[in-house]
Order: sequence, then C-alpha cells, then structure tokens
Amino acid sequence: MKVLIPSALLSYTGASQVDASGATLGEVLDELDRQYPGIRFRMIDEQQQVRRHIRVFVNGVSAENLSLPIQPDDQVVIVQALSGG
Amino acid sequence: MTTVALMVSTRKGAWIFQTDSNRAAWKVNGPHFLGHIINHLVLDPRDRTTLLAAASTGHLGPTIFRSTNWGQTWEEAAKPPAFAQAPEGQNGRSVKHTFWLTPAHGNEPDVWYAGTSPQGLFRSADGGRTWAAFSSINDDLKYREWMGSEKDGTPDGPKLHSIIVDPRNPKHLYFGMSGGGVHESLDGGETWRVLISGMDVVEGFGFDATNPMFHDPHCIRLCPSNPDRLYQQNHCGIYRLDRPSDTWVRIGKNMPSEVGDIGFTMTLHPRDDNTAWVFPMDGTQVWPRTSPGGKPAVYATHDGGATWQRRDAGMPKEQAWWTVKRQAMCSDSHDPVGLYFGTTSGELWMSRDEGQYWECIAQHLPEIYAVEAIVL
Repeated sequence: MKVLIPSALLSYTGASQVDASGATLGEVLDELDRQYPGIRFRMIDEQQQVRRHIRVFVNGVSAENLSLPIQPDDQVVIVQALSGG
Repeated sequence: MTTVALMVSTRKGAWIFQTDSNRAAWKVNGPHFLGHIINHLVLDPRDRTTLLAAASTGHLGPTIFRSTNWGQTWEEAAKPPAFAQAPEGQNGRSVKHTFWLTPAHGNEPDVWYAGTSPQGLFRSADGGRTWAAFSSINDDLKYREWMGSEKDGTPDGPKLHSIIVDPRNPKHLYFGMSGGGVHESLDGGETWRVLISGMDVVEGFGFDATNPMFHDPHCIRLCPSNPDRLYQQNHCGIYRLDRPSDTWVRIGKNMPSEVGDIGFTMTLHPRDDNTAWVFPMDGTQVWPRTSPGGKPAVYATHDGGATWQRRDAGMPKEQAWWTVKRQAMCSDSHDPVGLYFGTTSGELWMSRDEGQYWECIAQHLPEIYAVEAIVL
C-alpha cells in the first residue's frame, strides 16, 4: 500500500510516498521502520501511542489504534500536526 | 596552537563556534539540525572526536544523533532512550526529550549517561548508538513519587540533569532532578541515596524539607580540581557541599540582597575550587526569571561563596531582560579561564579574563538552551 510521509520525516524516506505492507497499522509502521530505521519511534512512543503532534489517517479517517486492520489497497497518511512556533 | 570549541544548542538547531587560543575571532559551523530542538550537544572529552546531540522536534519523538566528523554527517541512535512499556492496562511514561548528556569516566570509553524529561536515567555502552535504562530508578515507586508529575517540573517538563561522574571513581555518581532532589551512588548505580540535607524548600507552604519531591536543584557542578567539593544553583539558593559532609551550605546568603541567589546556571574554575560563577535571575513575586532590574551580570566568588563580586563590564547597563538556562553557561580550561553564556534571546557572550570584561560573540541565534566549551 501507499504511505504518505510528512516533510519532517523525509530525512528517513527521501520520498513523500513510500510502499509498505502489513495486516494492521502497527505492522505497516513496523515495516516502515525496517525500511527506514528509527522512523517509527519518531511517530510512536514507547507506550505504543501515536505521538502528540503526529496524526495518522487510514482512508481519510483518523487512526490511533495500532491494531487497526489494514487492507492492501488502503491509503495510510501520516501528518505532522499544525503546531509549534 | 590550541583551539576552543563551543557547542551551542538551541530550540531551533545547533551551532559550533571555534577559535584559537587567543579567543579573538570565532568561526561558526552550522546550523546543524535546523528546526530541531537540540537540548544538549556534547563533544566527548575522552576522544575529542565524538559529538552527541540530544534532539527532538516540535512534532517528532526524541532521539540522539552521533557524529565523528564535526557534524559533516550524523548517525541516528538505533535505540534512543525510552522507558519500559507498561503492562497492559497500566499507564507508562514516554520520553519527551533527552535533556542532559554526560560522558562517563575516562576508563570507560564509549560509555555515556543521559537524563530525560520526564525524569529518567539512561546509559549507553557503545558511544551513544543504543541506550538502556540505567539503574532501577526509572520504575522505582519511591523515585516515581519524588519525580512527581508534569505539574511539578519546569515549564517544558520535569528533568533529570547534572549527571556527574567522580573522576577518581567511575562508580561514584551524582544526579539532580527538577523536581526530585540530589542523589548519589557509590556502587555504579546499584543503589542510590538522597543528598538534600541543608537544601531549602519554597517557604510558606509547609513543604517537608526532608522529602526530595520538594527540592529543585537547577544545576550541580563538581570541582574539577577538587572532586570532594560540589556547588549547586538551586530554585532556592546557591549551595556548596564539601564531602564527606552530606549537608549543603547555602552560600547564596552572601549574595547582595537586592540581587538574591536565584538562578539556573553555574560554572566552576578548572583549577581553583574556591572560584565559581553564577548568573542571577529575578525570583520575586511571579518569578520573572530575568536579570534582576533588567541589569544582567555574572557574580563571581573566589572564596568558596563567602563573598561575591559583580562582573558586568561590557554588558548592557539597563533594559536587558536576559534569561540564561541551566546548561547555558560554561568555562574553558585556559589560563586565564574563558567564560561563556548564551541567552534565551539568542546572544552568545564570552569573557576571556575570568569575567572581568564581557563581549558578545554572536547575536540572533534561536533561544539558547546549552553552551559547552572544550579546549582542543
């Protein structure tokens, strides 16, 4: 499936859209981390929570649960929240 | 010819300033990690090559970067500091940022310690590539109580800081927590003891001074020339501790009353254990935490805190509402000693004569979090 990557994480992927697979959102993120070591911890904390200023959308719907089932043709979008200054 | 390097960490990246032994002209190397929050950039004094940077951003989780070529390239830690995952149904903590980095003893190359926000103590044995919880304090119920909650710490989170290794003994360690007091281990972190005797707590609220929870050490320093002497800038004053005594003495009582002894940072002379410098902050009413009266100054003691002298030559005389954070003042090892500090308004200042005269060496940087000096 396609995963859209925010600009803050381009230093890992080098591309704003990458391919990853997995049966759940958590597995997709694990696969991303195998391809791009370190990227998962920048998005997901050690308590397996999506970090405060990161949002993940699956087919346009906000997702917080890493056990959410994912289908091969789903679209995963990772967004950095509009915050800071 | 020797050079001096200053590692400057800011809210928006890191810079390295370098000069020769005259400390006259500075070359700047940076920005590194522009836009990232860099809480601490430290060059390993054991190999004078390895740089570690404690990094996060406004959006992303915290990590550690490592460079061995002065920042030309950086390698991210494969396993940054992180708390243990809590059992199902329980709330665990997550590291918001690594705040403090300390290279370990000279006999332990590649070993580093890290302090985090919220308070956590971590260790790396491979030069910062992987990190693991160090000792049991991160999950110790008693320590967790002393650490308090997000409400009990500094505005951007409670912190573990001032990790100190006794140069005579790698198993003799100290650290401070804001809040949570000062702690010492004599067995390499197997066990810890509280070291808060003599330290004051905020008056008027009935706080129990024997409870580490109510203590807020801001910056603890061990004298390079006398490892039995420590100094401390605390939320409630300036202190000195001469071991084997366990009781801190509030030497800040000897500061001018109109200035007070509140502040964040402190730095020590490399060869004279009676000489220290502080940067006082306004701790009245709502705690502005700016230079008292808008007149910034360093205060020096040359007699272990019995007397203090104002050192402000070269600084603005009025309307300068500076804040200098706990990691943002340091000294080099030249003779005379060079002193350096960075302000939250992005100015980097130095004195090449132990504080007699000050000059600004950089302006317009982002909010400065930390300044570290090393003579190469």
